Amino acid sequence: MIEKNYDVVVVGGGPAGSMAARAAAHAGSTVALFEKDREIGIPVRCAEGVGAKALGSLLEIRPEWISQRISGVRFIAPSGQSVDMANDEIGFILNRKIFDADLAKFAGDSGAHIFTKTYVEGLFFQDGHVAGVRINHLGHRMTVEAKIVIGADGVESRVGRWAGLHTQTPIHDMESCAQVTAGNLEIEPSLITFYFSHEIAPGGYLWIFPKGPDIANIGLGVSGEYSREHKPVELLQNFVHRHFPRAVWLSTVFGGVPCSKPLESLVADGLLLAGDAAHQTNPLTGGGIISGMLSGKLAGETAVKAIRTGDLGRHFLQEYERQWQPEAEKQEKFYKIKEFVFNLRDKDFDQIAAAVLSLPAEKRTLVNIFRKALIKKPSLIFDILKLFT
Amino acid sequence: MTIPYYRQSQCDFCGTCVGVCPENAIELAETTLVILEDLCTACMNCVIICPTAALEERDDRKEL
Ligand SMILES: Cc1cc2nc3c(=O)[nH]c(=O)nc-3n(C[C@H](O)[C@H](O)[C@H](O)COP(=O)(O)OP(=O)(O)OC[C@H]3O[C@@H](n4cnc5c(N)ncnc54)[C@H](O)[C@@H]3O)c2cc1C
Ligand code: SF4
Ligand code: SF4
Repeated sequence: MIEKNYDVVVVGGGPAGSMAARAAAHAGSTVALFEKDREIGIPVRCAEGVGAKALGSLLEIRPEWISQRISGVRFIAPSGQSVDMANDEIGFILNRKIFDADLAKFAGDSGAHIFTKTYVEGLFFQDGHVAGVRINHLGHRMTVEAKIVIGADGVESRVGRWAGLHTQTPIHDMESCAQVTAGNLEIEPSLITFYFSHEIAPGGYLWIFPKGPDIANIGLGVSGEYSREHKPVELLQNFVHRHFPRAVWLSTVFGGVPCSKPLESLVADGLLLAGDAAHQTNPLTGGGIISGMLSGKLAGETAVKAIRTGDLGRHFLQEYERQWQPEAEKQEKFYKIKEFVFNLRDKDFDQIAAAVLSLPAEKRTLVNIFRKALIKKPSLIFDILKLFT
Repeated sequence: MTIPYYRQSQCDFCGTCVGVCPENAIELAETTLVILEDLCTACMNCVIICPTAALEERDDRKEL
């Protein structure tokens, strides 16, 4: 049964929403999480890659979450030249269907009420403050009051905009993605592979993230700058047919990643945003699982503090923005690196790859790649300087 | 000015179009998508970004 009012209402049952609900319930608030889809964790619009250390810093890792351990990275330049990199961190390819469901269950275990098939249609306000949500639960329309609403509604977020925040993603910053989980592949399961080339993924890259000995997520992202002429669905079909003609297509998904600068504001009176809804992804890699989890947790904790003090206004909630500030600064840096990398031409990538290959494998770190890039294209120094100014 | 043409059979309900719509004019539920005609300014951001080409600029001269 959905109650008439809660301390905290969370919109969206992805990693950000579940972590927010868990944190708020754990700290003693009454919490409802509303997810529009019929099942938490499905569909999986994600390549499922995370760093082991980062995940372990947030939760005790369960073996059921892990499809594949990753110990190395391979880059393929436009020429086809392949460069293996020294790995500085172990990674996992998750099974997000199980992982997301577990995160929601943890929230439930802490006392949060989880409702699927519940679409949040809008917010309602009292004295200018967000005071709750209007929902459609299995065809029944109702309103639910909340002291604080946390918008964790993903790339398709509308919650922030209903409260007057500017969360539209600039079109050139949206990566338009297509992915297939395919079987019957000849791959090296412990390596993730990235292809950079204008022909394969303009303004983005293609990834192969293994989920087992012969199965992988193969996907690509195309910047909105190019996605009118170059549709991800066709680029993906072309690539897979050319490189893996015997692939068995098990599941196809589409999606978007907001690869933008940090949002100016993450809070309004009675409202916090977390995860993709707050554009908290790494704009270079598109990764957003870990940052969504962390921001969800911080948002949930701040909500409870605000309720305790009785101050639900945006000035108090800005505490969450202050806590997020170090991450926002990182995001700003990665945005500059993204602009630099995605402005390289195929010829530049080929030259850099050739130069890096002259290094022994254990010396191939990102810093050395930048060094080699500089020697090959000295004008890059200006782009790189911009990163640090 | 006409709103984009939408082909439901090609749509994956992924929400990428919603993220780039400047007018918040797209309403997306689990398996339905509606463009709110009153709000849409026909900017075509959603058409440009859609990964599956489920949205298309309407060309009144040809039958879709
Ligand atoms: C193709 C692709 C590959 C990716 N690969 C990686 C990767 O390898 N590693 C990585 O770290 N990140 C990756 N990402 C990014 C990652 O998937 C997201 O950053 C992450 O899922 C964000 O979590 P979230 O909780 O903010 O949002 P989501 O996981 O998107 O959850 C939002 C939820 O809100 C629900 N919702 C939306 N609107 C409403 C509403 N009105 N009412 C009720 N519910 C609503 C949605 O149904 C959804 O379940 C990838 C993304 C894409 C598209
Ligand atoms: S971007 Fe395209 S596929 Fe995704 S929801 Fe919008 S119309 Fe559907
Ligand atoms: S055309 Fe522009 S305003 Fe209209 S729905 Fe698409 S993105 Fe929104």
